[in-house]
Amino acid sequence: MRHIAWLARVNLSEEEEELFTRQFNEILDYFKKIDEMDTEKVPPTFHVIDLKNVLREDEVGPSLSIEKALLNAPRKKGRFFKAPKML
Amino acid sequence: MASQLYFLTAKECVHEIMTGEVTAIDCISSVFERIRKVEDQVHAFITLTEEVALRKAQEVDNKISRGDKVGKLAGVPIAIKDNICTVGIKTTCSSRMLCNFVPPYDATVIQRIKEEDAIIIGKTNMDEFAMGTSTELSYFGPTHNPWELSRVAGGSSGGSAAAVSVGETILGLGADTGGSIRCPASFCSVVGLKPTYGLVSRYGLIAYANSLEQIGPLTRDVYDCALLLSVIAHYDPKDSTSVNVPQKDYTRFLVKDIRGIKVGVPKEFFGVGTDPSVARCLWNGIAKLEALGVNYEEISLPNLAYSLPAYYLIAMSEASSNLARYDGVRYGFRVDRDDLDWSEAFSESRRIGFGMEVKRRIILGTYALSAGYYDRYYLKALKVRTLIRRDFEKAFRKFDVLIGPTMPLPPFKIGEKINDPLAMYMCDIDTVPINLAGCCGISIPCGFVNGLPIGMQIIGKPFDEGKILQVAYTFEQNTPFKDTRPSL
Amino acid sequence: MQTKKLGVNSIKIGLEAHCQLTTLKTKLFCSCSTNYRGKEPNTLVCPVCLGIPGSLPVLNLRAVESAIMVALALNCKISRRTFFFRKNYYYPDMSKNFQISQYDRAGGIPLSTAGNVYIRVDHKRKKINIRRVHIEEDPARLVYAGTIDTSPYTLIDYNRSGIALLEIVTEPDLSSPREARIFLQKLRSILEHLGVSDGGLEGAMRCDANISIVGGPRVEVKNISSFKEVERALNFEIVRQKDLVSKGVSVERETRHWDETRRVTISLRTKEEEHDYRYFPELDLIPINITKSWLTQLQLKMPELPDARRIRLIKQYGLPSYDAEVLTSDKSLADFFESCVKLGKPPKTVSNWLMTDVLRCLHDLNLELTEAKFTPEQLVEMISLIEDGVISGKIAKAILLDMIKTGKSPRLIVKERGLVKISSREELESFIKQVCEENPKAAEDALKDEKAIHFLIGKLMQKTRGRADPELADKLIKTHLALMKSRI
Repeated sequence: MRHIAWLARVNLSEEEEELFTRQFNEILDYFKKIDEMDTEKVPPTFHVIDLKNVLREDEVGPSLSIEKALLNAPRKKGRFFKAPKML
Repeated sequence: MASQLYFLTAKECVHEIMTGEVTAIDCISSVFERIRKVEDQVHAFITLTEEVALRKAQEVDNKISRGDKVGKLAGVPIAIKDNICTVGIKTTCSSRMLCNFVPPYDATVIQRIKEEDAIIIGKTNMDEFAMGTSTELSYFGPTHNPWELSRVAGGSSGGSAAAVSVGETILGLGADTGGSIRCPASFCSVVGLKPTYGLVSRYGLIAYANSLEQIGPLTRDVYDCALLLSVIAHYDPKDSTSVNVPQKDYTRFLVKDIRGIKVGVPKEFFGVGTDPSVARCLWNGIAKLEALGVNYEEISLPNLAYSLPAYYLIAMSEASSNLARYDGVRYGFRVDRDDLDWSEAFSESRRIGFGMEVKRRIILGTYALSAGYYDRYYLKALKVRTLIRRDFEKAFRKFDVLIGPTMPLPPFKIGEKINDPLAMYMCDIDTVPINLAGCCGISIPCGFVNGLPIGMQIIGKPFDEGKILQVAYTFEQNTPFKDTRPSL
Repeated sequence: MQTKKLGVNSIKIGLEAHCQLTTLKTKLFCSCSTNYRGKEPNTLVCPVCLGIPGSLPVLNLRAVESAIMVALALNCKISRRTFFFRKNYYYPDMSKNFQISQYDRAGGIPLSTAGNVYIRVDHKRKKINIRRVHIEEDPARLVYAGTIDTSPYTLIDYNRSGIALLEIVTEPDLSSPREARIFLQKLRSILEHLGVSDGGLEGAMRCDANISIVGGPRVEVKNISSFKEVERALNFEIVRQKDLVSKGVSVERETRHWDETRRVTISLRTKEEEHDYRYFPELDLIPINITKSWLTQLQLKMPELPDARRIRLIKQYGLPSYDAEVLTSDKSLADFFESCVKLGKPPKTVSNWLMTDVLRCLHDLNLELTEAKFTPEQLVEMISLIEDGVISGKIAKAILLDMIKTGKSPRLIVKERGLVKISSREELESFIKQVCEENPKAAEDALKDEKAIHFLIGKLMQKTRGRADPELADKLIKTHLALMKSRI
């Protein structure tokens, strides 16, 4: 559980870890129902719509103003977004 | 009369405004008065925008008095589910993670309704990030069902459905990934339509599961539903999954005649887990349809039994990726800890910013996509999706529409299922197959059981919204449910 | 740092080159301008490239066409159908915490596979196999206060986020850092000849390298910001690894970060298995069908590539193979050459000047040919000045640096610095007389030993600031000395 939570970058409290582990087993057991189905010759459906080659012309459009771009940033420094240190 | 303006339909509202019987200001004021009266009990809204709404209403009135052209929804109040981006108005997805997020742009559907002079009155409550079936899983508290306040309004678009039902708005917009429009429509006795995937632009819809979701109307009657759908169903070059079908006026399909229409009734919709009172109510409805001239036949869509696990595996996998962006850098909640490095701060912000269900789905989705499990879970679910699609395709070769209950049970009590995620997931059993297949589906009021609303789901093949609207309209016009109001 | 000559098979290098398609006007998935160099941070961004919730990508047609042309130029097998995948990982430069890229497993189909490029190493032709060419988006630019491991925060500029990148992956066929550089040079030349990228722009071509020595584990070196840095980074890595091995410490299989300032690689994290990226399809984008007719259309549009140009230069201008190779390794150099020849100068003369002195001056000034204000017209003028006897070849070499640095015409520089060649016998004789008088001992020596004349010629050149016509000077000195001798 801890490994998956780390992969997902979601910290869990100890209680949450316990609760989730219990619930996951239950939920995954139910999901495993699809193992029953014979899907050997069945192709996966990625898109339900039948579109092809949706492409855009290479023409410049408007960008956001810097105020709008930084509007929701919790932390900024000048015109940069500010994130925590790397290491 | 003036005090009941909030219970007008959009059609009536536009008509009365255009003929000068009422002003847009009258309508908007009436709606806000109603909100002040009942909102404390219902809790349908997260944000209300009264000042802006009144200003817009004034603009509409000015346009009309000048003789300028106005849109198809002129002066009609509309409530927007809080996962649809509205420029300058907080859009929270009912999450602490986005509790202060103000989008710098409008969703395409918002642009469309603004072009038609509809008036946004506020953003409605939902299950956090659209993950839920009850609108209890909101950072801002649950929405109460106006028909019985101790019960859920359905989810995840519970706020919009409740608001429409109780007169806090005339029109509502919701979004449906696995039933999130149709479920609250059923629970609140209103009309809710999930369009065919690709019909309505998703640009501006904050993503939960991008191969499944669509924005759609929540209204008090089928005409309004068709009207609002006509406005929002429009090709959008900003959404690569938007299908370029010719624009339609869906109100043209509203004929009160369904003789000869072939209806399939999948027995899987009445399987184990369906409340008998719901089944009874639906069969009464189907009998009514038969009396109106349809030919129905019970059929089997055998792969439907696997649609719930397939749906959740797909939705959770997509969600785990769609929600990865919430790291508190460009927007969103961020822990106030300078000692933490990037990864630690990220993980801690998400622990605090997301609710339990969101965390559960992100983690499950991450698992389903991870090393060694991708083929077994995600890819397998996609193959099951193919089989379900084929079931529907086969059925639609013989039938015009498919019918069944929207929900397997009447609205349950608040708190009843909240500690049992699997029990909650099971409620979606009748709605998720439609999202998996990409078809369209509408829920309309079908009756009441002990005073609690029951919805009928009418399913159509892709891009056949006209047909399901036609059946829905005829049924509605021949039953008393659309005029029933909650007693609040 | 010199690499000791290990056996040819003992170093294996594979490269992952990331090349921006700099000639596109807009980014890969949105219409923001790509002209970000020198602009204020976060001024060329929009909801899509910022990863704002609700935004959706739309694919740039020209990006796809450019990519196909590169794949064709690299003799790759082009997929009939290709689509995008999400590469899920968390890093502050990822605006969505996933990168829209392509994958060759789990049902994914990248743009192209299985190609090759021939490079010339020590007069031998070597085939470098290309594993894959695919399209992906560029992440944002990170700025640290100091270095990555000491900075208390990370600053992010999203102007670069979303720029179209081609990822070109080689098999580990390269056997030395030098070969890696030669390969990248060839790659750059190909891309420039195609007109899809200007490799000289800062950040336009970066790469990651995988290196293993003596069958040891693979170490990934990331953050090599330019092709010039590759040789340095890989040389450092080889020394580091060999050092560990000699001390009996095993080399860890990991990812290291190349620090350009300190010129070392730093350990960042253990190399994540590919599965941890949880690759799955990008469902907000639609697959691309690459039809035969589209390919043919693009094939017809293909400009002349370096290899073809090399052969043509040999045939058309009678250049030696070596010259043609050097010139075509850099498109701007080859263009420059052909312009000069078109202006009427002998091909070999132009080639000699370009290959030796011009390239050396550019190297000393650390300039790209395209950055220098130096034009073909100016080189032609300079050659004309030599042909007309106005300056000697030696003077020309001296002013060349000035020409390239300042962009002034050679005539102007010659005038300003008074460097016109002295060809008048009288003037020269007068100088020669002076030199012999000032250096009597040397003159005496020269009478006995012809070789000592060089000293006198050197003094003459000094006196005339290099302007003396060398041939004439030589003749006249000998005449003068002979005269002196006869007088004795």
